[in-house]
Amino acid sequence: MKTRTVIRHALTHLFIITLGVLMIYPIVWMIVSSFKPNNMIFSDPGLIPKAVTLENYVSGWKGYAGTTFGRFFANSLFMCVVAIIGNLISCTMAAYAFARLKFAGRNFWFAIMMITLMLPGHVTLVPRYILFNTFGWVGTYLPILVPKFLATDAFFVFLLVQFIRSLPKELDEAAIIDGCGKFGVFLRIIVPLASPALVTTALFTFLWTWDDFFNHLLYLTRPETFSVSRALRTFVGDAGAVSNWGGALAMSTLSMIPTFILFFSLQKYFVQGITTTGIKG
Amino acid sequence: MHKMSGIVKSLKRNAGGYLFLAPWLVGFFVLTLYPMAYSLWLGFTDYDFTKPDATQWIGFGNYIKMFGKAFGLSQFTASTGEVMRVDPYYLKSLSVTFTYVFASVPLKLIFALAVAMLMNQKLRGVSFYRAVYYIPTLLGGSVAVAVLWRKMFEKDGLINSLLGALGFTNLPGWITNPKYALWTLVLLSVWQFGSSMIIFLAGLKQIPQEYYEAASVDGANKVRQFFSITIPLLSPVILFNLVMQMIGAFQVFTQAYIIGGGTGGVLNSTLFYTLHLYIQGWTYHEMGYASAMAWVLLFIIGVLTAIVFKSSNLWVSYGTGE
Repeated sequence: MKTRTVIRHALTHLFIITLGVLMIYPIVWMIVSSFKPNNMIFSDPGLIPKAVTLENYVSGWKGYAGTTFGRFFANSLFMCVVAIIGNLISCTMAAYAFARLKFAGRNFWFAIMMITLMLPGHVTLVPRYILFNTFGWVGTYLPILVPKFLATDAFFVFLLVQFIRSLPKELDEAAIIDGCGKFGVFLRIIVPLASPALVTTALFTFLWTWDDFFNHLLYLTRPETFSVSRALRTFVGDAGAVSNWGGALAMSTLSMIPTFILFFSLQKYFVQGITTTGIKG
Repeated sequence: MHKMSGIVKSLKRNAGGYLFLAPWLVGFFVLTLYPMAYSLWLGFTDYDFTKPDATQWIGFGNYIKMFGKAFGLSQFTASTGEVMRVDPYYLKSLSVTFTYVFASVPLKLIFALAVAMLMNQKLRGVSFYRAVYYIPTLLGGSVAVAVLWRKMFEKDGLINSLLGALGFTNLPGWITNPKYALWTLVLLSVWQFGSSMIIFLAGLKQIPQEYYEAASVDGANKVRQFFSITIPLLSPVILFNLVMQMIGAFQVFTQAYIIGGGTGGVLNSTLFYTLHLYIQGWTYHEMGYASAMAWVLLFIIGVLTAIVFKSSNLWVSYGTGE
C-alpha cells in the first residue's frame, strides 16, 4: 500500500513537472534566445545557447527615434507609481464609504458600482477619447492617470469592500468613543488594517498599468512619452517589418523583470486578489 | 425651524458617506454615465473625428451598415439621403470573435479544472508548481508575449523548427495561413489558464473530504465521484469562471493587434471585434460607427451573460449542505 502511494506520487510529480516545463518553455526560450547572436535565434530551438552575447541588449536598448529604452522604462515606472497612488486613495475611500458608512442611497450606488464591474470598457471608449481630446490631453499621461484618482477600477473598490467588511466593527466603535471622527477611523483603523488588500490593489494596479497596451496606443502619440509596451510594439513594427528580432526579444525579456520580481516576492497577495475578484486572465 | 434642523441633520448624517464616495461619484458620472449616453447618441450619427461639425443624425444607418451584408445589401440610402456602403468586414469580425470565444473559453476552463484537480492533492511543492503554472497568465497579456507568439508561429519560427527536428516537413506559416492564424490565438488564450486554475483550486479546497470518503464506501468510482460530487459542488465556481472568461474573451485586443501587425491578419482571419472597432474609430475616424459597434458588443455580452445565468438554474447547485 505504502509503496503504491509513493509510486503514484512520484508519477504525479513527474507529470506536473513535464507539463510545467512545456508550459514555460516559450518564455525560457525567449530569455535564452535574447542572449544568442541575432542570426542564430530562430535556427536554434534549444535552451542552451551555443554562443552567448549581449549585443541584442546593446542594440535593443538604443530604442528608436533617438529615445532609448531607459526613457521608456522610466515612463512606464512613472505611470505605475502615479496610478498606484491614485487607486489607493480613491478606491479605499469609496470602499470605506460602501463598507462602513451609513448614508442615503448607499445600496443603490453599490449596485451601480457592481454593474460597472461587468461593463465592457468599449462603450465609453469613443466619448472618453473625444472628451480628453477637447481637454487637450491626448498625447499626455492625463487620460491614463486621472481616471485612477476617480476610482474607475471598480475591481479594487469591490476587493477592498470585501476586505473592510471582514474587519471587526468593534475597533471602529472603540475609536469613535475615543473621539475619532469618520476620517480618523478611516486613517487610523481602516487603512492600517486593510493593508493586505491595499498591497493587492497596488500590485495589480502596477501590473495592469505596466502591461496595458490599448490605452497607451490610443493616448501616447510621441516616442518620448511611450511606455515600454507601446515602445515594444513600434519596435516590432507593422506586419512583420522587423529586422532586429534579437533586440525585440531582449527588450521583451527586460520588460518582464519587474513583473517577475513582484510575482515571486508577493505571491500570497496574488492568490488573494484572484480568488476574491476573479481578476484577469 | 423644525424642518430646517431636520435637513441639517440629514445632511450631517449623509455628508460623511458622500464625501468619501465623491471621487468615485465624479468618476462614475464623468467617465462612465456621460460617455455611455454620449456614445449611445453617437451610434445614431455619422460622427467623424476629423470633421465633428458635419455630424448628422442617420438613425439606424450604422446598424444597417453592420448587418446589411447579411441581407445581401452592398449599399443603402441613409435617412439623410446619403448613400452608405455596408461594412464588408463586420460580419467577419463577428464570426472570428465568436469562434474565438466558443473555442477558447471551454478549452481553457477544462484545462484549468484538470490542472487544479492535479494540484489539489497532498503533494510537496504544490505552491511552487502553482506559481510556475501561473507564469503564462502573469505575462500573457503583455506585448512582450504577443511578440514572442508571433515569432514562434511564423514560417521560420520556433514551432516549425521544433516540428522540423521531429521529422515533419511541408510546415505552414501558422500566423500567415488564414486556416490556422486564429487557432494560434486560441492556444495563446488557453495557455493563460492560471487565474481560472487558482479559482478552481480554491473552490476544490472547500469541498469536504468526507463526501468522497462516503462515496467510495458506497462503491462510487473516481469518475462517478467527479460527476456526482466535484462538478455539482464546484458549479458556482464554474459559473463564475465561465462568465468572467467569456466577458474577457470578447474584448481581446492586444494579442490580435500585435500578431496581425495592426491589421486583421491575412484575409482578416484574426480581425477581432475590438480590433475592427479600433480600426474603424481610429484609423478611419468613423467614431459614430465605432460607438454603434461598441453598443452591439455590449448587447451581445449582456445577452450571453443573461443566457448563462438563466441556464445556471439547471446546472448550478448552491446547496452545499453546510
